[in-house]
Amino acid sequence: MMEVTSISEGIIIDHVPAGTALKVLNYLHIDPTKATIALIMNTTSHRYGCKDIIKIQNSADVDLEVLGLVAPHATVDVVKDSRIVEKQKPRLPEHVTNVISCANPRCVTSSERDIDQLFHLSNPDTGEYRCDYCDEAAKL
Amino acid sequence: MADKIPPVQLSKSQFNLVGRSVVTLDDVSAPQISYLLRKARYISDHLPEVSQAAAGKILATLFYEPSTRTRLSFETAMLRLGGHVIGFAGAQNASVSKGESIADTLKTVANYADVVAIRHPKEGAALVASKSVDIPVINAGDGGHMHPTQTLADLATLQSRFSRITDLTIGLCGDLTFGRTVHSLIETLCRFGNVKFVLISPKELKMPQYVLDRIKASQSCTYEEVTDLTAVIGDLDALYMTRVQKERFFNEDDYLRLRDTYILDAAKLKLAKPTMAVLHPLPRVNEIATEVDSDPRAAYFEQVKNGMLMRMALMSSVLGVKLPGFAEDDTKEVRA
Repeated sequence: MMEVTSISEGIIIDHVPAGTALKVLNYLHIDPTKATIALIMNTTSHRYGCKDIIKIQNSADVDLEVLGLVAPHATVDVVKDSRIVEKQKPRLPEHVTNVISCANPRCVTSSERDIDQLFHLSNPDTGEYRCDYCDEAAKL
Repeated sequence: MADKIPPVQLSKSQFNLVGRSVVTLDDVSAPQISYLLRKARYISDHLPEVSQAAAGKILATLFYEPSTRTRLSFETAMLRLGGHVIGFAGAQNASVSKGESIADTLKTVANYADVVAIRHPKEGAALVASKSVDIPVINAGDGGHMHPTQTLADLATLQSRFSRITDLTIGLCGDLTFGRTVHSLIETLCRFGNVKFVLISPKELKMPQYVLDRIKASQSCTYEEVTDLTAVIGDLDALYMTRVQKERFFNEDDYLRLRDTYILDAAKLKLAKPTMAVLHPLPRVNEIATEVDSDPRAAYFEQVKNGMLMRMALMSSVLGVKLPGFAEDDTKEVRA
């Protein structure tokens, strides 16, 4: 068993899809060269079989809408004085601006300068997002 | 037969399209589509009366890729309303060749024109255009994405042939995978309901699942997928033929193999109802034999005229110009 030190103040993002923790950090704009972070990747999960866990020391909050986009099944624990004082769930935002980019090479976003990357929630049941411009499904 | 355009029962603000851009047909409600169909029919019957309705208005046709038919249709529509036309066709002639963005081109043109029709090879270009300016922008085709006025032309043709756009069995034949016109037509007809779709295609060019899901989500529309046109042609009220588009294929061999799968000729037409209407968004390659052109069931050149009439109806609506004698309220129409 590998031991990872607990954090006394900060945030624990649990149930992150296995192998995606670095990508999630990137989308959350958390700089791994500056923040104090513990990453646990591909660990056992009762719920999903395998998962990643992200612990961020001295962080007060996390963008739950961006998290909803990239890891909709994750959970967020807020830690104060070495105790979990609050549990938060990611939200599925109706609209997402400049978080992900459209992968469709025929999309106008691939050529037009200074254009916002806009996505909308097209299927709340599956968490599917589509590009506002070309309707291509988002690829994370 | 009495016309059966679904009744327009809207307050003035609800069918008011003044100043609105039309990027997709989602921007236009079903009652507003009915209103446009009624307006186009009025225009068809009253061309002299509406010939100066948009006098002093200017349409800019910004065509970043060639589409002679659509551009001429928009331009003729504006000229027949008494307005003027400026624009370019082909990006090599435009400032885009110097690297100008769509947004900047639109912001410039908005100082000259009252309404814009834009065609662009990139999907979503019309949305970019419409977000850039306050004047109405009409999407005249953005890549393989949307072409709302083509769908309006298709609806107007069904309306003129059958006096209704519901309670029909409509066959859609050919390239159902990449054919944006058929996707848009199905989605729009599903908003009105009571249509049976017969989807005729080779297995490589079947209808995408999201379109099938849209039909399933409709309360009253149904579909069946088949590969043999001759087996079903006798059941159809309308047959919408599509071109297998070379530009949608990366592989020349696949294109050539699939191009000739369905060709509508006089022999196949013998199996069809005498009242069936043959539609096609044009241009055709070889999917409809020229011998069909003289058959009264051929409706595809009529569709071109209906496209112009619907563009007249749409542009006069977004510009907010009054058509003499046309009653905005269904019950007050004045017959000239």
